[in-house]
Amino acid sequence: MRVELVKRPQQSALFSALSPFIALLLTLLAGAVMFLFLGKNPADALYYFFIEPLLETWSLHELAVKAAPLILIGVGLSICYLSNNWNIGAEGQFIIGAIAGSILPVAFPGFQSPIVLPLMLLMGIVGGAAYAGIPAWLKARFGTNEILTSLMLVYVAQLFLDWLVRGPWRNPEGFNFPETRNFHAYAVLPEIWPASGRAHWGFVFAILAALVLWFVLSRTLKGFEVKLIGQSPRAGRFAGFSRSRMIIFAFLVSGALAGLAGISEVSGAIGQLRPAISPGYGFTAIIVAFLGRLNPLGIIAAGLVLALSYLGGEAAQISIGVSDKVARAFQGMLLFFVLACDTLIHYRIRISRRVVAAKPIKAPAGHA
Amino acid sequence: MLESILITIATAATPLLIAAMGELVVERSGVLNLGVEGMMIMGAITGFAVALTTGSVWLGVFAAILVGAAFALIFGFLTLSLVTNQVATGLALTLFGLGLSGMLGEGFVGRPGLRLGRIDIPFLSDLPFVGRLLFGQDPLFYLSLLLTAAVAYFLFATRAGLMLRAVGDNHTSAHAQGINVVAVRYLAVMFGGACAGLAGAYLSLVYTPQWVENMTAGRGWIALALVVFASWRPWRVVAGAYLFGGVTIGQLHAQALGVAIPSQLLSSLPYLATIAVLVIISRNRRLTMMNTPASLGRPFVPER
Repeated sequence: MRVELVKRPQQSALFSALSPFIALLLTLLAGAVMFLFLGKNPADALYYFFIEPLLETWSLHELAVKAAPLILIGVGLSICYLSNNWNIGAEGQFIIGAIAGSILPVAFPGFQSPIVLPLMLLMGIVGGAAYAGIPAWLKARFGTNEILTSLMLVYVAQLFLDWLVRGPWRNPEGFNFPETRNFHAYAVLPEIWPASGRAHWGFVFAILAALVLWFVLSRTLKGFEVKLIGQSPRAGRFAGFSRSRMIIFAFLVSGALAGLAGISEVSGAIGQLRPAISPGYGFTAIIVAFLGRLNPLGIIAAGLVLALSYLGGEAAQISIGVSDKVARAFQGMLLFFVLACDTLIHYRIRISRRVVAAKPIKAPAGHA
Repeated sequence: MLESILITIATAATPLLIAAMGELVVERSGVLNLGVEGMMIMGAITGFAVALTTGSVWLGVFAAILVGAAFALIFGFLTLSLVTNQVATGLALTLFGLGLSGMLGEGFVGRPGLRLGRIDIPFLSDLPFVGRLLFGQDPLFYLSLLLTAAVAYFLFATRAGLMLRAVGDNHTSAHAQGINVVAVRYLAVMFGGACAGLAGAYLSLVYTPQWVENMTAGRGWIALALVVFASWRPWRVVAGAYLFGGVTIGQLHAQALGVAIPSQLLSSLPYLATIAVLVIISRNRRLTMMNTPASLGRPFVPER
C-alpha cells in the first residue's frame, strides 16, 4: 500500500475552513496523551486547561488581556507572511514599542496631562515600526536574510530593556528592584468595564486593527498587492508593484502593531516596565497568525484560543499541579498540527493498493 | 592567560561549529530547517537529564544525538512528506522544542550536572603553551574538527555527496536522474538534527554543566547565520564559529574586567555581530547567488 499526495487543481474550500478545527482537535488528543504520561487524568486536565477559565467573568477579562497583544501582533504578522516577508522578531518590536511608549511616564513623570496617553500610544507605534524597519531596510537594500536579523534584534531588545530597568530608568523609590516607577494616572490605559474585570482598551485596539486589516486585505488594491507579491513575485513585478516597497510596508505595519501591543500591555496591564514584560507574545503570535490562516478575522478567534492556553496553563498549575510550561509545549504542538492540516487544502491524499501504481502514459508535446 | 582564553574560545565555538555543520548538510540538500534552536535545546536537556540519571556522560551525549535526530524527523515528515512550508515548520520545531524542554527540565533546574572531562595524553598534554590547547581539550572538540573534515570530504569527494548537492541544486533534474530526492533529504535532515542535538549536549555537559531554561540563548540561530556566512562551505564555518566564539568570550572577559560599558550591551555583541556579518555577506550578491543551493526551501512533490 502506498500513500501519496496529489495536488488539487484548486484549493479546497472545505478544508480551508475545517483545517484549523481539525488541528485543534488533534492538539487536544495529543495533549490528553501528554497528560496521561505526566500521570494526570486527561479529562480533568483538559477541563482545567480549556473550560474552567471560561466560566467566570473576571477570567474572561483576563482572556481579553492576553488575547489583545496576540491579536494585534498576529494580524500584523499576517501582512508580512502573506507578502512572503518572514518577520519573526515581533517580540523585539513589542519590547521596543513598550520602551518608546514609556519615555513620557518614566523619564518625565512631572508631565501630567490628558494628552500623555495618546502620545504614549503614538510613540509605542513609532518605536515598534522603527525597530521593524531595521530588518526591512537591510532586506530591501542589501538582500540580508530578514528571518535571522529580525530574530537577533529580539535578544538585543531584551538586553536593552534589562539595562534600562536596572540602570537609568530604575525607580528611585523602588528599593533597588529592577523596575521603573509606576505610571501616573494619566499614563494608564483605562479598563473597558472596570466594574467586572481588568480587560483594557488594548483589546478594542486589537479588534479594530483586525477589522481594518481585514478590509484592506480583502477589499483594496493594497491587499491584492500584498497577496500577489507573496504568491508570485514575478507576476507582482509585471503588475508594476515594487517588491522592496512591499518589504518596508509589511514590516512597518507589523512593527507598528507589535509596538502598539507593547505599550498597551505595559500601560494597560502592568503599569510599569520590568525586565520581562512578555511571556513570549511575539512568538506565540506566529502560531496565532497561522492558526487564523493569515486571515485577520480568523486571527481574532485564534488569538482567543492561544490566550486561553496561557490562562489554562496557569489554572492547571494551581488546580492539578502540572507546570505552566505545559502551555508552551501545547502551543508549539498546535502549530505543527495546523501546518500539517493545511496540507489537505492543497493536496489530496491518495492511497493506492498496489506497490507500483500504473503510470499513465502521457505524450508531452515536443517529446523526442 | 592567552592559552586559557584560546581554550575557552574553542569551548564557545565548538557547539556553534557542530550545529552549523549539520545545518550546512541540510541546506546543501535544499532544505531550510529553522528548527536548529529547538533541536539544540532538546539535546541540551536530554543530554543533561540522561547523564545525571544514569551517571554516564556518554550515554547523555548519545541520547541527545538520538533526540535531535528524532526531532528532525518530525520536521522531515511535515516538510518532506506533507510538503508544509519549511520556514513555518522550522519555527514550529523551535517553539515546540523550547516549550517541551522547559517542561521536561523543570525538575533539573539548579542541580549540579556532570561534565565531560578533557582528554589527557601523557607528555603531549604537558607541553608548554600548545599542550593543553592541542592535546588536552574535551573529546567533542576533536570530534567537531573531524566532523568538518568528514563533511567537506563527503560533499566534494564522494558520489553520495555529489548526489546530495545535485538534489539541493536542482531537485527536478536529480529526480529525473533516478535519485530519490525525498529519501536523500530525509537523511540530510536527520543528520542535521543529530548534530544539533550533539551541540546542545555540548552546552549542558561541557560549556556550562547545568540546566537553565532557554540556555541555548539563540545559538541555534547563530549557527544558521554561520551557514550563510560560510556561503555553504564547511571550512569557512570553522572560521565563522571561532570568530563568534571569540566575540562571546571577549565580551565575557570584558565584563569580568569591569569595563565601564553596561554588561547588557556587551552581552548583545554576539547578536549585533551576527547582523553585521549577515549584512556584509549579503552585500556581495554574486558570491551569495553562486553558492546558495538553488532549490533551498523549495517544496518538492515527486511526480509519478
